[in-house]
Amino acid sequence: MLKVSMFGAIALTVLTGPVAAATHSVAAGEGAQERLQEALILAAPGDEIVLGAGRFVLTDGLSLDVTGVTVRGAGMDETVLDFTGQQGSGEGLLVTSDDVTLRDFALENPKGDGVKSKGADNIVYHRIRVRWTKGPDALNGAYAIYPVESTGVLIDGVQVSGASDAGIYVGQSRKITVRNSIAEANVAGIEIENSRDALVENNIATRNTGGILVFDLPNLPVMGGGNVIVRNNLVVANDTPNFAPPGNIVASVRRGTGVLVMANDRVLVENNVFDNNPTAHVMVIAYNQPYEDERYNPNARNVVIGQNVFGRGGDDPQIDGKDLLLAAFGGALPPVMWDGVAEEGNGLRVAPGVSGWSLNLIDAGQPLSAARPGPLAVPEPAITWQTDGIGAPAELEARLR
Amino acid sequence: MRLGSTFFLAAALALAGGVATRAADPGGVDAALVAGETMPQSLSAFGFFANGGAQQPNAGVVPYRLKTPLYSDGADKLRFVYLPAGTGMTADGPGLLRLPVGSALIKTFAFGAGAERRLIETRVLLHRAEGWVALPYLWNEAQTEATLALAGARVAVTTPAGDAISYRVPNKNQCKECHGLDDAVVPIGPKARNLSQAWLAREVASGRLDLVPGGAGALPTWEARSESSAASTARAYLDVNCAHCHQPGAMASNSGLDLRWEQQDLAALGVMKRPVAAGRGAGDLSFGVVPGEPDQSILIHRMASAEPGVAMPELGKSTVDREGVDAVRRWIAEMGR
Repeated sequence: MLKVSMFGAIALTVLTGPVAAATHSVAAGEGAQERLQEALILAAPGDEIVLGAGRFVLTDGLSLDVTGVTVRGAGMDETVLDFTGQQGSGEGLLVTSDDVTLRDFALENPKGDGVKSKGADNIVYHRIRVRWTKGPDALNGAYAIYPVESTGVLIDGVQVSGASDAGIYVGQSRKITVRNSIAEANVAGIEIENSRDALVENNIATRNTGGILVFDLPNLPVMGGGNVIVRNNLVVANDTPNFAPPGNIVASVRRGTGVLVMANDRVLVENNVFDNNPTAHVMVIAYNQPYEDERYNPNARNVVIGQNVFGRGGDDPQIDGKDLLLAAFGGALPPVMWDGVAEEGNGLRVAPGVSGWSLNLIDAGQPLSAARPGPLAVPEPAITWQTDGIGAPAELEARLR
Repeated sequence: MRLGSTFFLAAALALAGGVATRAADPGGVDAALVAGETMPQSLSAFGFFANGGAQQPNAGVVPYRLKTPLYSDGADKLRFVYLPAGTGMTADGPGLLRLPVGSALIKTFAFGAGAERRLIETRVLLHRAEGWVALPYLWNEAQTEATLALAGARVAVTTPAGDAISYRVPNKNQCKECHGLDDAVVPIGPKARNLSQAWLAREVASGRLDLVPGGAGALPTWEARSESSAASTARAYLDVNCAHCHQPGAMASNSGLDLRWEQQDLAALGVMKRPVAAGRGAGDLSFGVVPGEPDQSILIHRMASAEPGVAMPELGKSTVDREGVDAVRRWIAEMGR
């Protein structure tokens, strides 16, 4: 009888009291695949999974589907999830639960994407490294860090290189911050696609084909991208020849593009440092492929190029007729390239002193052969920028400590 | 901490319930375990089979087959539905049969025929009060027991096509990658349109199903697909093999591709649709489906690949389904005429 009530009392405590988060340590070595995956499955909400230093040799993709879990390694150089021998799954790590924190570990050579988080709200990626070790190669996976269909995304201090599409790819999401990160030798360094309320700041984008891309594509479940700020980034020497498989949208990105804004609404590009981007430091264009989607607006609307530091660039553009263009502009194209496509009153605006050139096209979908290149002549910005509500929710910051 | 709390919780529940007897159906299935909250270590604990190795079901556990099945490296699949005594399924048009809480779907994967048959894994879907729970069980060499394999496993097998492969038993989360829809785990297979009218009628006759709905059995029978149109065969194949991910609310919703049987919008089916997040999976190709040009269609390119990162489906197979590729090829080729 005594025994029964004791059990009852303990059970009651467990049922009503707060459940303390547990820590589960997983070491590298024999059976890492099963041990790590089992820890990811058996974790309770709020638990922390601590990965030891060393190389975890994995044969299959991992996945996490428990809310509020932290996966913490010993550092992005110390804890490496090695997917070189991966035999299945479309990514290295898949996260499908909310409030997850991933920090201080690396993934190498995943066969598909690196880390994909889908429908995973309020996720934090902190000091994660994803690298394809043989450098740029069309056979590398598409995205290194790939949050999609999520609200609340904080990416801080990550390093991505070798992605055959985008290093950091945020798709169909809202309330996003990408900062303090290094994207090197990917086709696209950082890509914000069909997403809203994004802040991209204090990053380094170098040796990519294109540094930072902001655009919308048609025929996706989530449309209407915009309200994006790209500021205080170092966008230099993005000169790697495009190595994306030809069918993808980024395969059309020209080698040497610093920032590309396409088919988006309200994008501010300011206080960045641009240097040695041989096609264009900044390119603002409409989507010019045929499409059937009534919800889609192919034009770049309300785009503002504020004050930036523009070094040498536009001196080896991957553009038809480049010799004539270079001759016409005195050896290098001015920093901002616009296709000239505007709706009523919402075309490109640039801050005083920012120079550029325009293709002087009228409609999205016109071929480049219809271009009548000339110097850029657009008004100064008339709108003041509301920064409230742009970027990841403030409460995610606490998880960086 | 958590393991401890589970233990105490179980103990408390057992005490609260008085005498914790095994609440078995007359046939031997442990109904309380199916509907309960635990993850049993052994498949035999459920009592679904009178003889597991022979896959001989107990009372209340009824075998069924699908007209067009999912390809799983050519594995032979033995499917069963368990309904607690006194409960029944209800039809929901041509879609998924509604199964009561306490029911279960059981699917065993085997390679080899006759005496050579070797059971590899059994996946169970348990309909519990909080929703469907998916668990994978791995069979032992002696074929006497299957053990819970939460993290999945790899097993060397030779497929009917003669390929020696490392067969992947999915982990518990991967179950949800295919069975997830709108944040819930749901069954995929037993849709009335993919079950034979005869089987459904038998279930009605035995009081386990309310009625045979309209649209039942609409999908072609895969082995007899030569009697069906190329479009109907291919669309059935895509529905069964791809649409559990490629539909709104499912794992691949962000691709914008919707391959469900009922989808009639060609763009949603991938016709002249550009890839979104296919990465290198798109190869050198620009569109999901190019009418009349299967070799220019990403759909075929990815189905015909066995390479992770390119191959579709991403899970549940490691070899190419040549018959499936042929069926979809015929549909795309015909589309151009």
